[in-house]
Amino acid sequence: MQEAMINKAKQLLADGTVNRVIGWKRGEFVYDITPAVFETAEEIDADFVCDDFTAANVSKYLVKESRKEGKILAFLKPCDTYSFNQLVKEHRIVRENVYVVGIPGGPKLDAEKIKAKGITGILGVKNENGTLKIDTLYGEETMPYYEAILGKCETCKSRKHVVYDELLGEEGEVISAEDSGRFDMVEKLENMTAQERYDFWREQLSKCIRCNACRNVCPACTCENCVFDNPASGISNKAAADSFEENMFHIIRAFHVAGRCTDCGECSRVCPQNIPLHLLNRKFIKDINAFYGEYQAGEDTTSRAPLNNYDKDDCEPSIVHERGVE
Amino acid sequence: MNKDTLIPYIGVVTDIRQDTPDVKTFRVVSPEGGKVFEHMPGQCAMLSIPGVGEGMFSITSSPTNKEYMEFSIKKCGCLTTWLHAMDVGQQITIRGPYGNHFPVETDLKGKDLLFIAGGIGLAPLRSVINYVRDKRENYGDIQIVYGSRSKDDLVDYQEIIDEWMKDDGIQVNLTIDNPQEGWDGHVGFVPNYVKELNPSLSKTVLICGPPIMIKFTLAGLKELGFTETQVYTTMELRMKCAVGKCGRCNIGNKYVCKDGPVFRFDQLGELPDEY
Amino acid sequence: MLRISIDRADELFAAIAAQQTLYLPADREDGQAEYKKWEEGVKLSGRLNTVRSAKDFFFPQTENLAEFKMEGKKIEVIDVRRESEDFVIFGVRACDARSFGILDKVYLVDPVDTFYQTRREHGTVVTMACTRPAETCFCQTFGIDPTEPEGDVSCWSDGSFYYFKANTDKGQKLLNSLSSLLEDGDTATLDETKAKTKEILAKLPLAKLSTENFGCDKLNEYFSSAKWAELSESCLGCGTCTFVCPTCQCYDIRDFDTGHGIKRFRCWDSCMYSDFTKMAHGNPRLTQLERFRQRFMHKLVYFPANNNGEFGCVGCGRCLSKCPISMNIVKVMKALEEK
Repeated sequence: MQEAMINKAKQLLADGTVNRVIGWKRGEFVYDITPAVFETAEEIDADFVCDDFTAANVSKYLVKESRKEGKILAFLKPCDTYSFNQLVKEHRIVRENVYVVGIPGGPKLDAEKIKAKGITGILGVKNENGTLKIDTLYGEETMPYYEAILGKCETCKSRKHVVYDELLGEEGEVISAEDSGRFDMVEKLENMTAQERYDFWREQLSKCIRCNACRNVCPACTCENCVFDNPASGISNKAAADSFEENMFHIIRAFHVAGRCTDCGECSRVCPQNIPLHLLNRKFIKDINAFYGEYQAGEDTTSRAPLNNYDKDDCEPSIVHERGVE
Repeated sequence: MNKDTLIPYIGVVTDIRQDTPDVKTFRVVSPEGGKVFEHMPGQCAMLSIPGVGEGMFSITSSPTNKEYMEFSIKKCGCLTTWLHAMDVGQQITIRGPYGNHFPVETDLKGKDLLFIAGGIGLAPLRSVINYVRDKRENYGDIQIVYGSRSKDDLVDYQEIIDEWMKDDGIQVNLTIDNPQEGWDGHVGFVPNYVKELNPSLSKTVLICGPPIMIKFTLAGLKELGFTETQVYTTMELRMKCAVGKCGRCNIGNKYVCKDGPVFRFDQLGELPDEY
Repeated sequence: MLRISIDRADELFAAIAAQQTLYLPADREDGQAEYKKWEEGVKLSGRLNTVRSAKDFFFPQTENLAEFKMEGKKIEVIDVRRESEDFVIFGVRACDARSFGILDKVYLVDPVDTFYQTRREHGTVVTMACTRPAETCFCQTFGIDPTEPEGDVSCWSDGSFYYFKANTDKGQKLLNSLSSLLEDGDTATLDETKAKTKEILAKLPLAKLSTENFGCDKLNEYFSSAKWAELSESCLGCGTCTFVCPTCQCYDIRDFDTGHGIKRFRCWDSCMYSDFTKMAHGNPRLTQLERFRQRFMHKLVYFPANNNGEFGCVGCGRCLSKCPISMNIVKVMKALEEK
């Protein structure tokens, strides 16, 4: 696939369809790829990469990139196309300045999961029939492929591209919640007692170092000036002044992106402390589905989001309270 | 445990003077009376209203004033708006003195001095001007070129007229940006005025004002033949700790709060251009 | 050399914890390590290093500086500091141990930061030599030998024993207090372990990374380098690199209205953040390029200029594994060096 992408990129640059390409750049090791913009065929030949570790969603970069001179080619995985669409819907991406080439999605691998097995000195990673063969400074190590899959890919919601100008590879299908199991953990949390749930989130959120990686990577967080950075908001802060605030940052952020979060999973992928932040967003998605009917943010660019819409059949707000009592 | 420099003292505001529509001068003493601490001309202090903010301000009174400190503050952000709204008797927190100072006892001693200020830029220079006025015998000729948008925006106007202009051996040249009723003085921008005045190259220059004024005035001084080593200025960047640790005011290998705010222009030239 | 069998680690930790609070790296559920307070059942992590560095012990993410009571026009300053208790950090790696020296060069120079100083005085650092360095390690670039870590007490493991050597009076005092547990033993197997580690160190992918092209004389050349645009282009402007970095020491001071008064606290801050240099009348670093450049220029050029050539990095590799876009000081150094 990487070769087909490189050829496609070079062709579109050569025929003038685009003047830039956004993709991923090779790093020092096998796993440390960086999202990057390429301007020439030489740059692409030298550094362009698409492999098991190119998980980063480049959609958010297009907010800025699509406002620059000329058209940019973006390689989008199925999950990335949802973020892209949502940003188009919110008038954040200038659609006509992006040439979208859909590429197959994951599952992608998570280097942290390999390291969590105690495997270190990683020099190379190969997937052989479901087994990862890892070349290390300390000899070859193996582990089951599925155990190294990135969290967000474990519960993939769709192999279908919801937007593209051109497709490389075969188109896939939307995966049902039942098959993806993406709400399983949310259900597990719902079934906990309030105290258990509180303890779960206290333990998770107390790990937060307020690095803002989750917010800054989030394609739904594109405010020019975040409320948490704005001294005039009265709640701007860089670190929690107390444990109450520590919880609030993530909960408020989940509220702010509710109905717009496409469940791309980038928040949890980038969290240096491995906090499962996506579960907060998924809870909202699950509830929106239950209250207002199935809705997938980013699926299209025209429909009104349930939280921005009013329908006579909408459930009464009291339903939240009633459910809370259960 | 010793008292940490980040823990402030209490100061009491004993006098508030409305200098211009957006500049007030605050007189501060310790609750027991007298100055909270001693300083040298050009040094700064961190003033704060807890819950509102803390900011670095130039001490505008001269160290030779033994009774109180003064701060001329322009209404600009949250903290300064709060300070402008307070009344006499209000307590504030104060810590300092911070930063280096104009070399009044070394390099400037015995020299002819040319002060060039624009707008609120007079604040840090006022401390030096009154210092050299009080130790007049240690310095040569003194010339002060001061400009503002209008007559009403000239900070310390009364002190300039009543005291500075009446001193022997001090030449004061005021200018405002645009003609105004009741103003028969010079009209025009500071950089041009300085060129018109064609000051003697023997003078050591102390300059403070908006960055754009400093830029053009310096260019003009160079045209007249001044070198960067005879021109001093003060810098301002965001500060939190004021002691060279929090990292905010770092440019190149300097911390403006600790290594500044006073710099000679040849020293500034060695720093990366991001101020 | 003084040593104790690893099987008796719990006895050792219990003996230390009986005198002082003991912190050591322990595994978390997600397989990463973090410093935990030792109590029975807590095991020393086998991971190379913790996600958060050991700087937390001396420069915590947040700490209260003072409280203020406001009444009418009056303000009362309340010193909220309490005398710290003595504590031991066990298992600090050579990179983090060196980072304390770098933090000292900021916080212990005049005027001394007494909050930091108090913690430094009360903390005893027991380091642990590395035996399984990772591909992300490059402490050697900064002259650190991870088989000979600094600290108040240096500790080594050969898989069967922990070996100890005191480097300071504080360290000696700790070892003296443990004398009933420690026995003298020969170091033959330890020497073997060290030799093996050294072989690996020579083979590390970043073993050849050098600082020879960095330092104070590079200011103008690197500041105006065209490379910054490309290097910073994907930077998210988050604080991950800063906060996991053992040497990043910038902070913010904030006031918090508790409802009963004002709490003034300081917290970690990052030069990567857009408001770091923002003032009421403008911001000298308007784009991420300038903010990104500041962080690396500070470590590779500005800090050495003020500190006899010592760099503001210890090569711990945390930013290499944690940056959400995998941009880091190694990539920056390599790019700047390219002509």
